[in-house]
Amino acid sequence: MSGSTGPVWVFAEQNEGSVLPVSFELIGQAKKLADELGTSLEVVFLGDAVRDQVQVLFAAGADRVYLGEDPGLKYYQPEMYTEIIVKLAKEHHPEIFLLGSTACGKELAPLVAARLETGLTAHCIDLTLDEEKQLEQIIPAYGGLISIVCPEKRPQMATVAKGVFPKPDTTEHREGELVLLEISDLKQQRIQLIKVVHEEERGVPLESAATVVAGGAGAQGPEGWAQIAGLADELGAALGSTRPPVDEGWVELDRMIGQSGKMIAPELYIGVGVSGELQHMVGIAGAKLMVAVNSEPKAPIFEQVDVGIVDDLQEFLPVLIKKIKEYKTEVA
Amino acid sequence: MFKTIVCVKAVPDPKRASEIKIDPHTKTLTRANVPLVLNQLDKHAMEAALELKSEVGGEITAVSMGPPPAAAVLKECLAMGADQGILLSDRAFGGADAYATAYTLARGIEKIGSPDLVLCGMASSDGSTEWVAPELGVFLGLPVVTGVKKIDESDGKWWQIEAHIDNGHRLLKVELPAVLAITRELNTPRNISFSGIIKARKKEIATWDVKALGVPESQLGLAGSPTIISDLRVSESKRKVEILEGTREEKAEKLVQKLAAAGML
Repeated sequence: MSGSTGPVWVFAEQNEGSVLPVSFELIGQAKKLADELGTSLEVVFLGDAVRDQVQVLFAAGADRVYLGEDPGLKYYQPEMYTEIIVKLAKEHHPEIFLLGSTACGKELAPLVAARLETGLTAHCIDLTLDEEKQLEQIIPAYGGLISIVCPEKRPQMATVAKGVFPKPDTTEHREGELVLLEISDLKQQRIQLIKVVHEEERGVPLESAATVVAGGAGAQGPEGWAQIAGLADELGAALGSTRPPVDEGWVELDRMIGQSGKMIAPELYIGVGVSGELQHMVGIAGAKLMVAVNSEPKAPIFEQVDVGIVDDLQEFLPVLIKKIKEYKTEVA
Repeated sequence: MFKTIVCVKAVPDPKRASEIKIDPHTKTLTRANVPLVLNQLDKHAMEAALELKSEVGGEITAVSMGPPPAAAVLKECLAMGADQGILLSDRAFGGADAYATAYTLARGIEKIGSPDLVLCGMASSDGSTEWVAPELGVFLGLPVVTGVKKIDESDGKWWQIEAHIDNGHRLLKVELPAVLAITRELNTPRNISFSGIIKARKKEIATWDVKALGVPESQLGLAGSPTIISDLRVSESKRKVEILEGTREEKAEKLVQKLAAAGML
């Protein structure tokens, strides 16, 4: 399959034995890149007793799966995972290597990239090939889009969040090559995992909510933020955020929407006190109806939504909530 | 003596960062006069260092790579309580991506001497890659833990760490020396005291250039960066906004009607 160009690689991340949706999305996009480059798509997959997942990787487009199975690989273990992947990459010289922007992917990708002495682009919102067949890695920044390339070093590495690329079509009985990795002599040296604790998400989940109310720096403090959360409650909406409220500690990190947070496509988005930075806006570009409330008429968000209200949020939200309550009473 | 190094970054004030824009004609960045401030998450890293110092003692060195005005954020670290501040600054460091930045910081840290602990904020507000701490760990040959929410330093060389993962956390032990990337959940940064400012004023920030680091320029800045920006373009929205006019009551009423018409109430 592969001529002079190395394979395209995807790291397939699993949680409790199931491959994550973001990994399938990456396989879909990686397959397109591999076809365009005339090379193969290969998946690196580590876990414990996960062989039943290999066929779905083939079905999604993997030509070859490198499988490392061991009880010690059940959870992400930085030293072992890095060691296995670095060794494999040095043997097979991938042209491109993609990972999900998960907590694991965001730690593993730079560990591998630095060991391979190559470049790495964070949280891309598109991946294409340029005229020289270099990987063009697109990120939002400074109110526009920036293309990043890695001209000399290989592999060209990038992380991508869930929801950027669509789920690939699958071919149920598609065949591929399974390569089992020898991993018996590896162990964690200086980091010992004690346990992994899964926590229930509090509040309405962002990914499945029909309505999302997102607040930004315009909240100006915990009181303004509480009013935005109040609107979300009134609408039965999921509460979302831009980066500043997370950094200020008004809201948890898992509520962040955008390039380095969650990519979602609700029926209705209401941005309150959100300036309209592209890093946030790319995360809700797929929303059907978009509304913005901001006191600054020149805020960039007013160029990116369907309905705009120029007003002070702390004055406007109580009136809006009152009107919504009135409407609900009338209809009832 | 326990040596802690805190890596900090001077970033454009996030409240005014949107003033930096791509010029649609020249395709370059229009640098408004946005002041540099200490990256918020790095304040949490500084706070962590100070709290650990009160338990295990030792010395805190704040390090930054940046242009000469970045010395101001190191002064802020001194005012918080750092014992010394070192600025890695040279034209040759300019244009560095995360890889070259981590490499330069690693060489700076090696020059300071073997640390027991290296702390970084999890991400910078401008780059937001989260790459520097893990790559720094690789270049220093030290274990790395990112997403750090809790630190228990009571057990000698093996510290117990609670770190963020998707939908939960992981509990682990890491052997020192190590690199930890700090989240805001770990602590609340202290306010700078008047006496802190006075103390900081008396101290000098040392500046190290390429010569001081003794590293070939080919490994630094733009020349040492595997990734480069190949294109900048302005993004155009496909939506056409309707601004609702009227009194506050009228605007709210109109919005409710729109939401109702869309079947969202």
